Amino acid sequence: MSDYAIDAHELTRRFGSFTAVDAITFNVEQGEVFGFLGANGAGKTTAIRMLIGALEPTSGSATVAGYDLKTQADQVRRRIGYMSQKFSLYEDLTVRENITLYGGIYGVSDKDIATRTGDILTRIGLEHAGDDLVRDIPLGWKQQLAFCVALLHRPAVVFLDEPTGGVDPITRRRFWELIYEAGAAGTSVLVTTHYLDEAEYCRRISIMVNGAIAAMGTPSEVRKAVGAETLDEVFLKLTRPGSGAAA
Amino acid sequence: MRTVFFLVRKEFLQIFRDRTTVFQIFMIPIVQLLVLANAATFEVKRVAMLVVDEDRTTISTGLMQRFGAGKQFRIVRYLPSDAGVDQALLDREVTAVLHIPRHFEEDLVRRGRAAVQLVLNAEEGATAGIVQSYASSIIAAYASELDRTLPSTLRGQGAGPRVAPLDLRTQRWFNPTRNYKYWMVPALMVSLTTIIGLLLTAQNITRENELGTLEQLNVTPMTKVQFIAAKLIPFWILSMVIFSIGLAIGKLVFDIPMRGSLLLVYLAAAVYLIVVLGMGLGISTITRTQQQSMFVAFFVTLIFLLMSGLFTPVDSMPDWAQRVAEANPVKHFVSIMRAVLMRGAGLETVAKPIIGLGIAGIVVLALAVMRYRKSVA
Amino acid sequence: MRAFLGFVRKETLHLLRDRQTLAILILFPVVQVLIFGFAVRTDVRDIAIAIVDPTPDVATIELRDRIAASDRFHIAAVSPSADELDLQFREGSVRQALVLPRDVERKIGRADSLQLQLITDGSDPNTAGIMMGYATAILQRWYRDAVPAGRSLQIEPQVRMRYNPTLESAHLFVPGLVAFVLTIISALMTAISITREKETGTMEMLLVSPIRPTAIVAGKVIPYIVLGFVSVLLVLVAARTVFGVPLRGSLVLLLAESLLYIVTALALGIMISTKVPNQRTAMIAALAGLMMPTLLLSGFIFPIDSLPVVLQWLSNLVPARWFLTIVRGIMLKGAGLVTLWQETLILVGMTLFLLIKGSRGLAIRLG
Repeated sequence: MSDYAIDAHELTRRFGSFTAVDAITFNVEQGEVFGFLGANGAGKTTAIRMLIGALEPTSGSATVAGYDLKTQADQVRRRIGYMSQKFSLYEDLTVRENITLYGGIYGVSDKDIATRTGDILTRIGLEHAGDDLVRDIPLGWKQQLAFCVALLHRPAVVFLDEPTGGVDPITRRRFWELIYEAGAAGTSVLVTTHYLDEAEYCRRISIMVNGAIAAMGTPSEVRKAVGAETLDEVFLKLTRPGSGAAA
Repeated sequence: MRTVFFLVRKEFLQIFRDRTTVFQIFMIPIVQLLVLANAATFEVKRVAMLVVDEDRTTISTGLMQRFGAGKQFRIVRYLPSDAGVDQALLDREVTAVLHIPRHFEEDLVRRGRAAVQLVLNAEEGATAGIVQSYASSIIAAYASELDRTLPSTLRGQGAGPRVAPLDLRTQRWFNPTRNYKYWMVPALMVSLTTIIGLLLTAQNITRENELGTLEQLNVTPMTKVQFIAAKLIPFWILSMVIFSIGLAIGKLVFDIPMRGSLLLVYLAAAVYLIVVLGMGLGISTITRTQQQSMFVAFFVTLIFLLMSGLFTPVDSMPDWAQRVAEANPVKHFVSIMRAVLMRGAGLETVAKPIIGLGIAGIVVLALAVMRYRKSVA
Repeated sequence: MRAFLGFVRKETLHLLRDRQTLAILILFPVVQVLIFGFAVRTDVRDIAIAIVDPTPDVATIELRDRIAASDRFHIAAVSPSADELDLQFREGSVRQALVLPRDVERKIGRADSLQLQLITDGSDPNTAGIMMGYATAILQRWYRDAVPAGRSLQIEPQVRMRYNPTLESAHLFVPGLVAFVLTIISALMTAISITREKETGTMEMLLVSPIRPTAIVAGKVIPYIVLGFVSVLLVLVAARTVFGVPLRGSLVLLLAESLLYIVTALALGIMISTKVPNQRTAMIAALAGLMMPTLLLSGFIFPIDSLPVVLQWLSNLVPARWFLTIVRGIMLKGAGLVTLWQETLILVGMTLFLLIKGSRGLAIRLG
C-alpha cells in the first residue's frame, strides 16, 4: 500500500492508433493540492478519467487513496470525490435534494447528511436557496456546490476537472479558497485547469503535452527547469514543436 | 439497499417535478383508452349495397328485400344491368354488389338451385370476409324460407320430397352480446401501459448519459445491480398504477367481464412489467443518443404489439411466426389477461406463461446488468 | 440563399454521419414491412375444434373426416360427453365445439330435424363470427350430401373479391404499414431534431444568423424528406417483389403522393416540437401520442366504416387515414387523381396548416 494519495506508473491510454495518455508517471502526496496543466486535448481529462475508474488504462498501473485502481476499484470509489466539467448535479433537483442523494449513495448517515447540508449551505452562502432548483442558481454557486458535494463523504482524494470555467476571477478565487480549506483538512486534491494563474495556487504542478508529462514540480522549479520567467512562457516553450522539455 | 432507496427517491422527484411528463404519462393512456376503446372493431353496419336484378321476378325481388330490410345492409342503388357497377365500386359508393342473373326464379323452381353473384370490395379485406358471411346468412335464410313456403306443386324435377333442414343451434361463449369492447379494452390497456413504460425506460439511462450525470454516478461506489434496480423500481410502480387505473376504467366505464381472479391478473402484470421495463432499460444501455433509443423503442414496441394477438389473432399467423411469437412477452400477457378476465381461467392454465414471463424477466435484467459498464474498456 | 443551402448541407452531413440513426431510419420501415407482410393476418385458420360424439357411426365419422380434411380446422379432441368442454374452453385449448346428438345416422333424413350444437369461443366477436361461418358451411354441405334423397332449396352465392381476390392480408397491411411507419418516424425525427437544437442552445445561434426562422425549419426538414422518400422506395420495392402487392395505378402518382405525405408527417413533427420544451416530452408526445390513434383510427387494421360516428369524424383529423385511402386506391384499385383528388386536397390542406402554424409557433417561441 502506497503512502501517496495518488501514485501512477506508466499510465497509458490508447484509442486505436491514437495515444491519448503516454506512460505518465507521477505521484500526489497526502494533503497536497496538485495541478494538472496542459492545453486542450493534451490528455488531462483522459488521465483523470482513468484515475477515477471511468476509463480503463491500456497499460500501466496506479494506486489511488492507497488502493490499486485495477484490482480494488470499489475501495477506490468509496474514497474519492469527483467534479466533472459539467459538474453533474441534477439540474431538476433542488440543492438539498442533490446533497441528500449523493450523501445517501456514499453511505453518509441521515444525521450527518442533515448537519453537513447546513454546513455547506452556510459556507457557500446558499442558506436561502436550499430549496431552489440547481438549474436556477448562478454558475459560480453551482460550481462551489458541486465541489462541496464531491467532498460530502469526506473522501481522501478529490478530482476536479476544469472546475472554474466561465466565471469571473473573483468567483474563481472564492472557489480556490474552498480548495485550500479541503487541502488543509487533509484531503488531497488533483485539479486540472488551463488557467495558468490558478497553477500558482498549487503546491506542485505537471504540464502535459501530447499525452506525456513535459514538466513537473513546484511552479518555481518548473519555471527554472524550462528557463522561463512566467508559467505562460513555460507553456509556450513546451507546446511549441521541437522545444526541449525538461522533466 | 439504502443506496437504492435514495436513487429511487431521486427518480420520483425528477418525474413528478416535470409537470408535462406527468401529464403525458397519465393522460395519454387514460384518454386514449376512453376514446379508442370504441374504435377497435371489425363490425360492419349498414353496408352500402348495389343490386343488379336481371331477373325481375317475385322471388328475385324477395331476395333484394331481405337485404334491404335488415340493419346490416342498405341498398343505395338499383340497376337493371351491369353497367356502372365498376365505377360505383371504384368510387367507393358501394361496398357490395348483388347480381341476380336472369332465370333466377326459373332455376330455383325447376332445378331447386340457383346462383347469385356477390362482388365485394376487398380493399379492406377484413370487412370483406364479414360482409360475405352476413350476405351468405341472409341468402341461406331466404333459401330456407323459400323451401318452406314454396308449394311443392310448383316444384319440378330435381326437388324431391321435403326433408327436414338441419337444426343448428349456435352458442357464443364468454361474449354472447358480441361486445367488441370486452375484447379490445384489455388489449388497449396492455398496449398503452406497455408503450409508456417502454418509452420511459428506454430513454432514461441514455438521457443521464447525455447530461453527464451518469458519469458522476459511475464514480460512486454504487453497484450495477443497485443501479438497474433503482431504474426499474420507480417505473414499475408507475406502470402498475397506470395499469390499475386502466383496469378501473375498464370496469367502471366499459363494464368488462372480470370472471377470474384479479389477483392472478396483477401477478401476471407485475411479472410482465418487469420484462418490458427491463427491455426498455436494455435498449437504453445500447443506444448512444435519446433519438436512437426512441427509434429502437418504437421498432420493438410495434413488432411486439402487432405480433401479440392484440389486434389480429396469433393463430392466424403462419407457423414460423407463431413460434417467434412465443418469445413475445406481450403475447403471453395478453393471452393471460383474456383467459383470466373473459374466460375465468385459473392458476392451472396461466401458471406456465407466468413462470415463462418470470424467467424472461430474470434473463432480461441479468443481461441489462451485465451489459451496463461502470467504466469504459 | 447561399446561407440557406449551406445550412441544408450542414443538416444533411449531420444526418449522414450518424450511421446508427441512418440505418434505423432506412431499415426499420423495410424490416417492419417484411415482418408484418408475412406474419400479420386477419383471416382465421387452424381452429382447434372439439367434437362430442356419443354414438359414432358412418355419418358422424364422415362429418369428422370432412372437418379434419379442411385446412381451417384441426380436431383437438373427440369425446363421448360434453363434460370436458368447460375446462377446455377456459384453458383455451379449444375454440369451437360441435356437440352431436345420439344416433345421427338413424335420424338423418327423417321428418324431425337433426339438432346439432355449435359452441364457439365468442371472446373475439369478429373471429367468432368467421369461425361460425366456416363451421356452418361444412355442416350444411355435409348434411345436404348425407340426406339420402331429395334436397332442400339452395341459393348459392358466388363471391368475387374485387381488388384483392385472394384476400391477401399482405396487400391490405403493407400499404397501411407504409403510412403508419412513415407517420411515426417522420414526426418523431423532426420533433427530436428541433427540440435537440433548442436544448443544446444551437438554435439560438441559428436565429442570430441571417437565415429566417422558416428557412431554418425548412432546412432541418429537407434531409429528412429525402430520407423518408428513400424509405418509401425501399418499402415499395419490398412490397412488390416479396409480397407481390399489385401496383395497378400510376407509380408516379404514388411517389408524388408519398412525397406529399412525408412533408405532412414532418410538418406534424414540427408542430409537436413547437409545443414541447425538451426532447423527452417531444418523444413521448410523438410516439405514445400518435401510435395508438394512428393505428386504430387510420383504417390501418380496423375499417373506418366500423367506427362509431364520432370516431369517424375524429379519424378525419388523422392524416394517415387519407394517405392510406390514397395508397390503397392507387395500388389495389388503380385509381387515379380523378378519383383521389379530394383526399389529395385534404392532405395538402393539412400540410399547409401544420407548416404555417408550426413555423409561426417556432418563431414565437424562440424569437
